[in-house]
Amino acid sequence: MSEETSMSDSVWILGTSMTRFGRHEGLDVVDLASEAALGALDDGGVTVYDLDALACGTLFAANAGVGQQLLGQIGQTGISVYNVANACATGATALRVAVMAIRSGEASMAMALGVEKMGKMGLLGSTPKGAGRAKVFEPSGRFGSVRSVDGILGTKTMPGVFGQAGMRYAHDHPGVGFEQFAKIAHKNHLHSVLNPLAQYRKPFSLAEIKASPMVAYPNTLLMCCPTGDGAAAAVLVSGERLSTLSTDQRRRAVKLSASVLTSDPYVEGGQVQPDVNTLTRNAADAAYEQAGVDPGDLDLVELHDCFASAELIHYDNLRLCEPGGAGDFIDSGAPCRDGAVPVNVSGGLISKGHPIGATGVANVYEIATHLRGEAGDRQIPDARVGLAHVIGLGSSCAVHILERSAA
Amino acid sequence: MAAERIPLVAYLVLEPEPHLVAQKCETCGARFFDRRNGCGSCGGRSFEPAPVATAGHLRAYSIVHRAAPGVAVPFVSAIVEAADGTTVRANLVEVPADPAAIRLGMPLRLVTYPVGADSEGTECIAFGFAPAAR
Repeated sequence: MSEETSMSDSVWILGTSMTRFGRHEGLDVVDLASEAALGALDDGGVTVYDLDALACGTLFAANAGVGQQLLGQIGQTGISVYNVANACATGATALRVAVMAIRSGEASMAMALGVEKMGKMGLLGSTPKGAGRAKVFEPSGRFGSVRSVDGILGTKTMPGVFGQAGMRYAHDHPGVGFEQFAKIAHKNHLHSVLNPLAQYRKPFSLAEIKASPMVAYPNTLLMCCPTGDGAAAAVLVSGERLSTLSTDQRRRAVKLSASVLTSDPYVEGGQVQPDVNTLTRNAADAAYEQAGVDPGDLDLVELHDCFASAELIHYDNLRLCEPGGAGDFIDSGAPCRDGAVPVNVSGGLISKGHPIGATGVANVYEIATHLRGEAGDRQIPDARVGLAHVIGLGSSCAVHILERSAA
Repeated sequence: MAAERIPLVAYLVLEPEPHLVAQKCETCGARFFDRRNGCGSCGGRSFEPAPVATAGHLRAYSIVHRAAPGVAVPFVSAIVEAADGTTVRANLVEVPADPAAIRLGMPLRLVTYPVGADSEGTECIAFGFAPAAR
């Protein structure tokens, strides 16, 4: 297939950018979005006037029309704006919307943007103080409960839910436990030291990680992602329009060879403990097929390590290891940056940070930067193919596969 | 006047012996604990009540040390597989909140206990899972 043919009917990342993740006091959602959007346009050598559509993902400001507010600051061109919210898959969903706009032929260039301002938001998934305290008990809601069940009928806090997901894997796979989860956090904190855009850039010893305050066993504080602020953006372009751009733009363009979003199919038990495995397996399998890529072809992976216990099960769900072999995989050092399949060389959510709406675009920024050979100190040498994975509880899973330009 | 009792959730039945009741899809047999508009498994529209086994085993757990204000910590959140295959979430009780005291796969039984009363003296009854007698 000639370059010309392969470029038509395809979707490429032309430009991408992200803010540093962390605390950005004094900057609001629109400031952060503007920084990432202008950065991505500049990186792609285009302007806001070249865009046909904008997909803007933000969760906690989902009803604020952030996409339009952004264009109000950088150029009100009158294009379609899609504001999307999809839990922790919000940014990846914005990316999917931009991909669909281009694949449908309605747009030839579109921006996907993810942004979040969380500050020190604390524990997600916990019930607000005083909720469910009735003077006279009366059953209400879908479960006919008479008071808050949080802490009585188990937990719905995120560290606990993902802790349970990891322990369920441990139940079925001897040799998986606290030690393996701690090793994952150790790896990701080491990785972020090399990433100037990460929220934390501090290495921690395995002993420090294990001894840090317990949040929800098996996840200690250093095995949990922090809350924070940040934004990321990507300018997507059709292969046909890319072929009209400069040699340098074509050379730096990264092919988006798979883009998949799944929700959770019915499984027994999903009503009490979200099943984050089946939809990830479904998304990964569909993405590998769409891209014509095998897990063995991957040079790096950014996956949704909201908690160390989550990263471990996704080694298996994304087929990075032998079935059931996630414990051996981390024990062998395979997902370390000098290992066979580097995972979360950015530091991952645990150490790079997780401003929810931004995460699904920032993962793609990370992969694209390596595929372009522009990742500086943290560059994975000669990276050609990478995968980005995100999960939003409730649940949604996005998998994107990126490939270096052949040009 | 005798104190009244009320279950924490509608799917907990206190008499004659405490047990859980699921809404079972009449088409595919999927079981749910909430009010249903239809079946998430097969799209069926009709349900019948089905008692859930009170014996089961520990499938997964987390020991929660940080929770919302007003929630006593630490507590053990457990995912329990009942003997009939229904999955249930509740606290693990009568066990120290210590991984050394908890074994994945351990046999469990449903127990009930009071969790406060309202202004009229009605007592709220919750359920949990405790180690089964060996």
